[in-house]
Amino acid sequence: MSLFNIFNVSGSAMSAQSQRLNTVASNLANAESVTSSNGQPYRAKQVVFSAVPLAGNEAASGVKVQQVVEDSSPPRKVYDPKNPAADEKGYVSMPNVNVVEEMVNMISASRSYQNNVETMNTAKSMLVKTLTIGQ
Amino acid sequence: MIGKLDDTLAFHEAALNLRAQRQQVLASNIANADTPNYKARDFDFTKALQNALASNSTEPLQMTRTSPDHLPGNEKTTIAGVPLLYRTVQQGSVDNNTVDMDAERNQFADNALRYEASITMISAQIKNLLAAVQG
Repeated sequence: MSLFNIFNVSGSAMSAQSQRLNTVASNLANAESVTSSNGQPYRAKQVVFSAVPLAGNEAASGVKVQQVVEDSSPPRKVYDPKNPAADEKGYVSMPNVNVVEEMVNMISASRSYQNNVETMNTAKSMLVKTLTIGQ
Repeated sequence: MIGKLDDTLAFHEAALNLRAQRQQVLASNIANADTPNYKARDFDFTKALQNALASNSTEPLQMTRTSPDHLPGNEKTTIAGVPLLYRTVQQGSVDNNTVDMDAERNQFADNALRYEASITMISAQIKNLLAAVQG
């Protein structure tokens, strides 16, 4: 039944978008983390989406997070000689998180999530309407 | 008489089936709005319905493959014998995604409404039949 597949499709998109929102939250929270578990400054993370066709159904494809990549751009250098993490020239390597980019990413993720919720609601109302046939 | 009963409902049954499948394709488009390199898809509803009503909705003929190395003659995804095509691009995007959210939402709402219209029609037909049976 095609309409039930919409729940799978939209559901996969919603979990993918919420994972994207999760990385945005992680990036924003760690925008000032000078060190991380590996001793290096925190690096911004981005999710990579890919379309996966549903099993036995070529017409519909859901979304999955293929991988989480780390932003390879160089860390931001801040002059702060008093900081214990400063190098010999007095510069501290700060995370390469771009707060503006992250905010844009956040808005985009939340809008896409809302779109999928709307899709699911429409599918649900169509199914409910289908159940009224013959009544 | 049973055959006639079946014929009465056949049109809207075929229409509902195809509407549900199209809804699923459109839901995939909306779900993959942020997936890089995803191409929005849709099919010719008029042709699909004509095919379904003419009951020649068989899949296109496949070539016999006696070795796995042989190329498949025609392995395009079809719905009621109509190929699932790709949308033409209105505005290109940097990640090669061709989903135009305005167009998709428009088609999605339109398709849902037409689905519900078909359900209303089929319910009315059932009421008609019941009135004829019960007098």
